[in-house]
Amino acid sequence: MVTFKDFRNDVKPNWCPGCGDFSVQAAIQRAVANLDLTPEQLAVISGIGCSGRISGYIRSYGLHSIHGRSLPIAQGVKMANKDLTVIASGGDGDGFAIGMGHTVHAMRRNMDITYIIMDNQIYGLTKGQTSPRSAQGFVTKSTPKGAIEGSVSPMELAITSGASFVAQSFSTDLKDLTAIIEAGIQHKGFSVINVFSPCVTYNKVNTYDWFKENLTKLSTIEDYDPTNREQAMNTLMQHNGLVTGIVYQDKDRPSYQDLIHGYAEEPLASQDLQFNEDTFNELVKEFM
Amino acid sequence: MVNQLSWKVGGQQGEGIESTGEIFSIALNRLGYYLYGYRHFSSRIKGGHTNNKIRVSTTPVRTIADDLDILVAFDQETIDLNCGELHENGIIIADAKFKPVKPDHVQADFYVVPFTEIASELGTSLMKNMVAVGASCAVINVEVAAFTGVVEEIFGRKGEAVVQKNMEAIQQGYDYMLSQLGDKVSPLQLDEADGRQRMFMIGNDAIALGALTGGVRLMAAYPITPASEIMEYLIEKLPKVGGTVIQTEDEIAAATMAIGANYGGIRSFTASAGPGLSLMMEAIGLSGMTETPLVVVDTQRGGPSTGLPTKQEQSDLMAMIYGTHGEIPKIVLAPSTVEEAFYDTIEAFNLAEEYQCPVILLSDLQLSLGKQTVEPLDFSQVEIRRGKLVQEELPEREDKSYFKRYEVTEDGISPRVIPGMKNGVHHVTGVEHDETGKPSESPANRQAQMDKRMRKLDRLQLNMPVYTNAKHEEADLLLVGFGSTRGAIEEAVERLEKDGVKVNHAHVRLVHPFPAEELLPLVESAKNIAIVENNATGQLANIVKMNVGHAHKIKSLLKYDGNPFQPHHIHEGSKELFELYYSLPSGKESL
Repeated sequence: MVTFKDFRNDVKPNWCPGCGDFSVQAAIQRAVANLDLTPEQLAVISGIGCSGRISGYIRSYGLHSIHGRSLPIAQGVKMANKDLTVIASGGDGDGFAIGMGHTVHAMRRNMDITYIIMDNQIYGLTKGQTSPRSAQGFVTKSTPKGAIEGSVSPMELAITSGASFVAQSFSTDLKDLTAIIEAGIQHKGFSVINVFSPCVTYNKVNTYDWFKENLTKLSTIEDYDPTNREQAMNTLMQHNGLVTGIVYQDKDRPSYQDLIHGYAEEPLASQDLQFNEDTFNELVKEFM
Repeated sequence: MVNQLSWKVGGQQGEGIESTGEIFSIALNRLGYYLYGYRHFSSRIKGGHTNNKIRVSTTPVRTIADDLDILVAFDQETIDLNCGELHENGIIIADAKFKPVKPDHVQADFYVVPFTEIASELGTSLMKNMVAVGASCAVINVEVAAFTGVVEEIFGRKGEAVVQKNMEAIQQGYDYMLSQLGDKVSPLQLDEADGRQRMFMIGNDAIALGALTGGVRLMAAYPITPASEIMEYLIEKLPKVGGTVIQTEDEIAAATMAIGANYGGIRSFTASAGPGLSLMMEAIGLSGMTETPLVVVDTQRGGPSTGLPTKQEQSDLMAMIYGTHGEIPKIVLAPSTVEEAFYDTIEAFNLAEEYQCPVILLSDLQLSLGKQTVEPLDFSQVEIRRGKLVQEELPEREDKSYFKRYEVTEDGISPRVIPGMKNGVHHVTGVEHDETGKPSESPANRQAQMDKRMRKLDRLQLNMPVYTNAKHEEADLLLVGFGSTRGAIEEAVERLEKDGVKVNHAHVRLVHPFPAEELLPLVESAKNIAIVENNATGQLANIVKMNVGHAHKIKSLLKYDGNPFQPHHIHEGSKELFELYYSLPSGKESL
């Protein structure tokens, strides 16, 4: 019997004490264990930043890549082996600044992987600069007079860009977060899970207390229907995006891999690569 | 009678100039002629001058000809821009519609044929291209019947009537031209060809076919000139083996997705040109650092920046060898013929897996887009070598420790397992790491891992890293090139030999790690060395000087105007470079 302990290794995270990322790590470990996955069936692909280190703290296959590129790498891994459970993860800088192009296109492509963003509204590893998730007016080392730019809205962005599973959670709510990650992994398509994961060292505004005060659980909204796209968008706008739970899910939309013409039934990685000589001769004739 | 000639069709882009050349050349290829076709085109879809120059020969040809025998013109601009290439026995065949004028200084014969009028009378002016093909055939003495197969293939789906009309257009063009020639026997009648069936393809076709045959399952790519044909071919063919092509959002995604797929256990690659390669540099570094196989095709074009997107250049060499920050092992292969492009693509995938590092397949626009008759590709030479990829089951690991993916080994190459394998769990990171892939900043570990990575290529073996044609123990001149300049150099060598110059030729196929040992004896035994390349700074020359020395006798023969070298550029250029004519009995006049 696999338990979350099987997904633990002996590496001590270099996150600050109290960092929200610890809970995200624990939630992923619990979710995959609850789904009866084994460590070799999971690949965690991460970007760069404090949060990017997460692939090294989970005992599974893992690739800690380059800044902003976890998504295309994760999609390549999934293409190679569709039997693998692939989780991409990184911070808000990774996904909404340097990697924003990939984020939107991964949503639109709808490959069957799960993308977990550890959103702390600041750059932590480089010691406190503004992020695309920082609110306007937010004072950081790089915005001493307050951020001039507005903030990215991950949930609205995900819905309008075509992600078929869109959810948000808060790192202290381990049970809720674990359940959402499980649902995201089970969803057949691109799952976006934005997790408010406070930075206790550099973000003195969006603290644990601040989130507790400002977040609304979707489960407390009467008749909230996550399959209703319009309601999802309206609710997000009413609450300025500060909601938790499954915001939107389209269970009917086929994933990218379901739609590839000629895509092999078995994982590509288990194929024999030897090319057929008769096929080769046919291809040669086409050039004559 | 001639055993080779050069034919060019020109007009406005979007007028069907390309398909005219295509039909003409496919038919001749099927008759057993050797062809070499090179398109002049611009970065626009409609309008602007375009032309397709095709060389037809009874013996192999690998580059465009110096001059021109037949110019088929659909507008005056085609005549004005290209008549300078015509030699004095050449001819111009022009459409009557634009009231063509023969420039005063042109000696070539001038024929006006009502291409458009004949086509319109047959039903549509679109068939003017067919009329032009027919007229050309009358000059070179090729039967109209040779086109039956091609015309059926292209127009068959539009019905028998359309096929007949097009054949009729060719016939009428042929007849009209024949009547114009009257009693005059065309001096451009072609010798008969051997009738053997050979492939006729561009370098990009060969790269794509090589990738497919070499076991690729996923190509991730972003469209760019002159690389797009590779992805276009593979999206048609990869489903045959269960794979596909993904058109990514940019070249960064293309390269990183290919890395992910290789890490995931399949063969995946991307292809691009200079601007795309610039974006991929960080990913190439990740491949090097994480020892994940990666093949990237660079079809060089005119740079820098957007540069000359549709023109020939070989100016990415240094960037491909040294690009990416930090230091990684990397292999750069530069095929010089379409045949080599096929074999080298397959080899690139083998080397990437064997040495677990990025491999750049360095093509250039002339090689990638030049369309030529190809000697049969030998399937028996296709082999798949996956290096130290662990295929058998791994022993149980009771202590839950990580697999040593980066185990320090004597040859620097470590066993590689792919995700999904039991007992193979490990971590991969672009951060410096220990043997199990865990981040480590320890100086001793850093040195051990760096040394391990860098010594991987110490034992790199490649069959024929330098192509050589070295008849002389001591040469007056050694010509060195890489990539598509091979054909032009070979023809220049023949001419120089006729002039009495002893010439050896070396073409560098393994650009990095540089095969200094193979090249050194040729450099030592040559009085003069000319390094021929399509760039402004002599990049290959600098690499040769750095690796082989003898800088004092090395000079550069450069061309960076966007057009490929023609044989005469090298023939005359190298003589001027070293004042070789002083040693010739006939003196400078021999130029």
